[in-house]
This record gives sequence, structure tokens and C-alpha cells, in this order.
Amino acid sequence: MNQLSAKFDLAFPSFHLHVNMNAPAEGIIAVFGPSGCGKTTFLRCLAGLERTASGSMSLNNHIWQDDRQGIFVPLTQRSVGYVFQEPRLFPHLNVRENLQYGWKRTVKSARRITLDHVIQVLDIERLLDRRPQSLSGGEQQRVAIGRALLTSPQLLLMDEPLSSLDLQRKREILPFIHKLDSEFHIPIVYVSHDLHEIVELAKTVVLLKEGKVAGSGPIEEVFSQLNLRHLIPENHLGALVETTVAEHDQEFGLTTLTFPGGHLHVPHQKRQIGERLRVQILAKDVSIISSPPSFQTSVLNLLEASVVEIGEVKPEHPFVDIKLDIGCPLLATITRKSLATLKLHSGQRVHAQIKAVALSPEIHQ
Amino acid sequence: MIVDMDLGPLWLTLQLAGSTVIVLLLVGTPIAWWLAFTSSRWRSIVEAIVALPIVLPPTVLGFYLLIALGPHGLIGGIWKDLTGSALSFTFTGLVIASSFYSLPFVVQPLHGAFEAVGRKPLEAAWALGASKLDTFFTVASPMAIRGYLTAIVLGFAHTLGEFGVVLMVGGNIPGQTKVLSIAIYDHVETLEYAQAHTLSAGLLLFSFLVLLAVYTANRRLPLHVT
Repeated sequence: MNQLSAKFDLAFPSFHLHVNMNAPAEGIIAVFGPSGCGKTTFLRCLAGLERTASGSMSLNNHIWQDDRQGIFVPLTQRSVGYVFQEPRLFPHLNVRENLQYGWKRTVKSARRITLDHVIQVLDIERLLDRRPQSLSGGEQQRVAIGRALLTSPQLLLMDEPLSSLDLQRKREILPFIHKLDSEFHIPIVYVSHDLHEIVELAKTVVLLKEGKVAGSGPIEEVFSQLNLRHLIPENHLGALVETTVAEHDQEFGLTTLTFPGGHLHVPHQKRQIGERLRVQILAKDVSIISSPPSFQTSVLNLLEASVVEIGEVKPEHPFVDIKLDIGCPLLATITRKSLATLKLHSGQRVHAQIKAVALSPEIHQ
Repeated sequence: MIVDMDLGPLWLTLQLAGSTVIVLLLVGTPIAWWLAFTSSRWRSIVEAIVALPIVLPPTVLGFYLLIALGPHGLIGGIWKDLTGSALSFTFTGLVIASSFYSLPFVVQPLHGAFEAVGRKPLEAAWALGASKLDTFFTVASPMAIRGYLTAIVLGFAHTLGEFGVVLMVGGNIPGQTKVLSIAIYDHVETLEYAQAHTLSAGLLLFSFLVLLAVYTANRRLPLHVT
């Protein structure tokens, strides 16, 4: 399988980046971490914009940097697209000329991606003759993405491309980024500090902390690991469930999703039947009961589960995280008092309750 | 007030200013680029040297240039070895002297303009496969176009008004080094006020028109680099 390997060691006066990463080079690889953890520096190293004293980087066995062998391919010769935090469009060129800038500099035989395709996917037809300065932030960023794509890169690097945009514009662009993977089949390294974006987009995730990789792997695995809890902000801990849209209930405004362990009722989703949908079930929205309730309950989702692992119990902390198996991993945060009352232990058969109200996949605040 | 005018000094002045600007664009652009993007500790020293002609009296600059351009001087000596002829009191010598004299007026606007362009668009161009030279011509220079215009105008105008350095280095040789400002001084010395008036008014009007044209063009340029 195609692999992206990178190993960098870079010291700054106040900061040390020490990264060793190996990831399948497909889909969106999200690099997540708090501000100042070295995400952007890492991306600049991947591009060759920061020269490390000792480092190596290869994509699909193409070596772009190996300091032991004295190999360093400069950025201008790397088949890399870079989308910066700000669009960085060239103000003296119109949108069409901006789009063509890299395309013209790509050898003919390497041009896999066409102008028409990019224009259509990013929906920028009507902007072509305009100057970048007259575009909105979201439009500019779409053009910047298109400009990078038109070099037909083997790797696309995106550095918080949505961070300078307001929520409205973010919602506008996210679907386009989502489409990049399926339309152009280019592995993307996507840096962000916004978990919503990552949950929505990523296939693989790399968690950075203080310049080091603290965890990495397929996103469903990383998000269901109890020991990575300290890297994920409060209120964002929660397992991801890959589902398929099964049914719409018009009368009650609900949608039913199926997943390996059963089905979930969620508020209505504007999705086609059969479409795939990734849902994050936040740990704080999951409650555990030892046997099915004898009373009627307002909670729509009641799932059979078994306890897999009980997180670290800290005397100063009132909560504890529980990892359950419902056919796929599920995390629940409960109080220590409940843990004692239910006498939970691993392997125990229980039920998990999830309020449908809490499940609004891909609807971001 | 018709006086028999010798247009030689005017023509010579325009030639001098034009040649100086061309030399300075070729020499000053790399200096300005280096100043804008280097992190070298020599930067401040180079900046100070470039700015020296602004504060030095032209006679001081002219004095040193006279020595340097002389047959035994640093520049003049090399020139003599290469070409067999002297530099002082020649048009070429004057162009070299003017280039030192007007250096800051070309380098500083370019330096500012390149700094305003910054590293970011350059990185974007590199990532799109443009080489560094390609990036310079297709991204940095078009974005710094106002800086170039200002540099050309200031360099040209400043050379036009040069007096002290020319007098020291070039002397007063008709057709070689007798530029407009020297000619005016000559006329005043010999009490030919009519001729002095005509030349002065001509220079005044010409300078004004050039500046006016440039500032108008500058305002209408579509590009605003912020």
C-alpha cells in the first residue's frame, strides 16, 4: 500500500519538533493538536519549506528528503500542492490566471487534473474573470485549493484552510474538501485544531502534542482509545460510528441509520437512502443501564453493549470514561458514583442509552 | 526672449539620468531584494552604507569618488587596466558617480516594496512549481510595481538635480560632463541670466511633468499591495 513516511527533528529556541510518522497515503490524514504544538511547522517540513538538520520524508517510495544520503528535493520540484491558512492568491492576476499559474508550470505528461474538472467541483466558473481582491474569503480559499490541485500533485497539504473563515463560509467549503478525496484521489495532509472538521473529513488522524506524535491511526480507532483522552478537548471525547442511511420517518422527522451493531435514530438528515454517514457519539451523551428499563423511556436509542475497559479512576475527578462494545467501540462518560452503584467490570453485559436529540451528525455549532 | 540655446547640456543630462537609472535597477534590485529577505547580521551595515549618500554633502561624496575614479583609484585603476583609458572627467565616470549618489533613492523604494510583498506569495509560487527566478519575475516584481515606479522616478529626478558630485568628478566638459545644473551655474557666473532662466524653467517644468505623470499613473495602477 502507498505510504507517507516522515521523520523530522527540528529545534527552535523555544520549541522542539520531533516527529516520526507513518501513514497510509490515501484519503485525508488529519494532523490535530492545540495551537503551538507544531502542526504548521510539521506541514512546512513535509513541503520542504523548513529545512531540518536531520530528517527524512518519502511518499510511495519516492524519497523527497533523506539527510543521511544527502537528498533534499526543493519545494519547486516536489509534486506537492500547498493550501495555506490565508489564500495567498496573486493580486496582479485574475482568478483564471491564478488557477493556471501552477498548471502552466506542470509538465504536460503529469497533468492529470483539468481546469474544467476543478472549476466544476469547486463551483468557481463565475469567478474566473474576477480579481482575487473582489472575492469573499470562502471564494478565495476555493480558488487557492483549485490552484494547488491544478499542479496535479501527488500530495496535497492543507494548513487550517478554514481557520480564517466564519462559520457560514466554513460550512460552504467543507463539502468541497470532502469531495476532493473522491474526485481527485490525492492523499491530503490536513492540519487543524478544529475537531469538527477532523471528525467530518479524516480517515487517518495524527495527534500532535508539544512537537511529538502522541497518537495516530485510523480515526475510529484513535477516537475510541481511552488513553488518548487527555489529548482531546473536554466535550469532544466520543467514538465515531460509520453508518448507512436506512430510512426517513417523515411523521416524526427522524432518520434511521444502520451500523454493524444495530441501528440509530437521529434527527432528520438531508441524505439519500444508502448514503454513508459518519456519526460521532459524544461520551457525555451516552448513559449505561445494567438491565433494560421497565418503565417507558424517552430515550430512543437503547443498545446492547458489553464493557470493554474502564478508564482511569482519579479521586479528584468525579467522572470516569467507559469503553463499550456495541458491535463497534462506544465511549461513555459516567460519574464515579454510578460506576460504584452499577459495579461495572470488564466483560459485563449492559445497555447503552443515547438520546436521539444528542445525535446530530455533521451539524456543527 | 530668444537666446541662442545650446541644447547639449539638456540632452546630456537626460542621457546621464537615464543611464544611471538603468545601472541602478540592475545593481540596486539585487541589493534591495537581499535587504528585504536576509536575516544576515550584515544587513544593518549594508543598509547604513546604502543610505550614506542621503546625509553626506555631495562634495564629500564627490571628493572620495574623484579619488576612487582617478587613474590610481580603486575603480579608476581597474578601469584603466581593463580599457586603457581614464574614468575621471568622462561621461562613464559620471554615470558611475551618479549611481553611487542616487543609490538610496532606487534601493529604498524597492526594499520597501519587496518587504511589503513578503515571503508568503513567494512560498505560494514555489509550491506551484515556479523557480526562484521565475517567482521573482512573475510574482514579486509585478506585485512590487509601484516600488519600481517610485525607484525609477526618484532615481531619475535625483540624478537630474545633481550638482556637487558632477562638479567634483566630471568637471565642465561640453558634450562629456557639462550637464544642465552645471550649465545653469555657468550662465549665472557669467551673468547670462536669460539663458539661466530658460534652462532653469525648462528643468523645473520637465521635473514637474514627470512627477505628475508618474503619480497619476501610480494612482491608476490596478494593483494595491497591502
